[in-house]
Amino acid sequence: MSEYQLQEIPVGPYRHLVSERAVSGETMLLNMGPQHPSTHGVLRLLLELDGEVVVNCIPDIGFLHTGVEKNMEAKTYQKAEVMTDRLDYMNNMGNNLAYVMAVEKLVDLDVPPRAQALRVILTELQRIASHLVWLGTSGLDLAAMSMFLYCFREREIILDIFELVSGQRMMVTYFRPGGVWRDVPVEFEAAVRNFIKIFPKRIDEYEALLTKNPLWLDRMVGIGKLDAATALQHGVTGPMLRASGVNWDLRKTRPYAGYEQYDFNVPVETKGDTYARYIVRVQELRESLKIVEQALNKLPLGPVHSDNRKFVPPPRSEIGTSMEALIHHFKLWTEGFPAPKASVYSAIESPRGELGVYLEGDGGPKPYRVHWRTPSFDNLSVISKIVKGHLVADLIAILASTDIVLGDIDR
Amino acid sequence: MDNRLEKIVKVLQEKAGAAYEEFRGEVHVFIAPGQIVDALTFLRDEHQFSLLSAMTAVDYWPKQDPRFHVIYQLTSLTQNLSLQLRVPVSGGLLKLPTATQVFQSANWREREIFDMFGIEFEGHPDPRRILMPDDWEGHPLRKDYPLGYEEPQFTFNFEEIDLRKPYAKE
Repeated sequence: MSEYQLQEIPVGPYRHLVSERAVSGETMLLNMGPQHPSTHGVLRLLLELDGEVVVNCIPDIGFLHTGVEKNMEAKTYQKAEVMTDRLDYMNNMGNNLAYVMAVEKLVDLDVPPRAQALRVILTELQRIASHLVWLGTSGLDLAAMSMFLYCFREREIILDIFELVSGQRMMVTYFRPGGVWRDVPVEFEAAVRNFIKIFPKRIDEYEALLTKNPLWLDRMVGIGKLDAATALQHGVTGPMLRASGVNWDLRKTRPYAGYEQYDFNVPVETKGDTYARYIVRVQELRESLKIVEQALNKLPLGPVHSDNRKFVPPPRSEIGTSMEALIHHFKLWTEGFPAPKASVYSAIESPRGELGVYLEGDGGPKPYRVHWRTPSFDNLSVISKIVKGHLVADLIAILASTDIVLGDIDR
Repeated sequence: MDNRLEKIVKVLQEKAGAAYEEFRGEVHVFIAPGQIVDALTFLRDEHQFSLLSAMTAVDYWPKQDPRFHVIYQLTSLTQNLSLQLRVPVSGGLLKLPTATQVFQSANWREREIFDMFGIEFEGHPDPRRILMPDDWEGHPLRKDYPLGYEEPQFTFNFEEIDLRKPYAKE
């Protein structure tokens, strides 16, 4: 067996972030992560501890940095989309949607109603899947082991639906500029209906296990309080902001993809603690299901992508008979389509908050600059404020309640 | 342009002499580097732009003046408005005053811009790199920074690509 050496973390680089007592050695600096199951990814938290009380928490991110923004600059608009799946790997459909909406806004491209409705159904299913992963892993962190198994059981049904429509469970790249990749197969409706039928009962089961469970309440109520002003100052959005009493949901305030047609509520809580975040997300499961059901009921017939051939490739059947179709197909897949020399910012409500894409074109077929405003980045930045004075065990609960995805933070 | 936004832009024009442009319903106001903190404070306090949605930069290399644009995407929740401020920064003097006193979320975002573009923010409370390792050299999102993939060499362009290939040559 090799000998382990205990190494002290030097205070030097963090001098301006820790208290005086860390310099004199009165408090202890401790690494939590980057390899730690409760950090939900490759996140390192540098903790200054006084006994078991967190005095300061310094998040260290970047372990999953893959240079997606730089890479996208070197690809055409169509090809760059593949990278969007890999950002927030719990919200692949949502990332696709944010990106294609930005491209559509930049080049002014129309989307037919059937494609819009499919986008809504699939992004809402994705929201449910994402919240299920959050619920399962939060349960795991707080010793409610069985939650993880139940949540992943239901998530599997959603991933099967994604596989049905796109051929992929997670890295879907299903939405394309101007519509979706291709129409959904005939089995799609039955599969979604089956999910709509079984899922409400399953949410009741989760709530029966957790919502009034005294152990769950003990770990969550009053832990990690975040008030609305601090949340906005730190750019916190999504369920975390709504748990602090701010009613701000881009699906309601700035409807996109036809969200204005559907009737749903935005759950808002006022306490701002870990438990409020739990309540908001569980309610969102029900609301998302309502949207899926309505969108499926009124799913219009018709084309699933725009017939603007300058941006959307022609169907296979046309290529054999039409010269123009052949030219368009060839030009689109060799050169790509040009976008104007201008910039747009387009944002959607991802399961974690405002997911924005800043997209700048330079008149050519490749984006000049893509910036991802990712919700987890800001939602994590507030953690050093809200964990102060809590125990290390509470830090786990708070971190779980922020629902961060490191792929989303590090890009 | 929205009426309410038009009024705000007009005030910004009077106060800071700012030019603006509009594209697909989005308004971008150009602000001089020295006036950005005042403009952000004014928008936050007088017009309820309480959320700094995004903050990033764009590199227009080889253009040097201004080489960068630093972008502040602001959202007003109460009025449901968006406004983008763009600050041109010239290539010689890569410095901007920090906006962390106005918006706490600028803290990490400014660290990211420093990390990726090398623009320094004066008065920043924690000026370290954020995504790249601390000992990293260069600023990856600059346009003169190579992407890092290998260009495929063919017979006709072997030497041309070999010349600019980033590997140690004897």
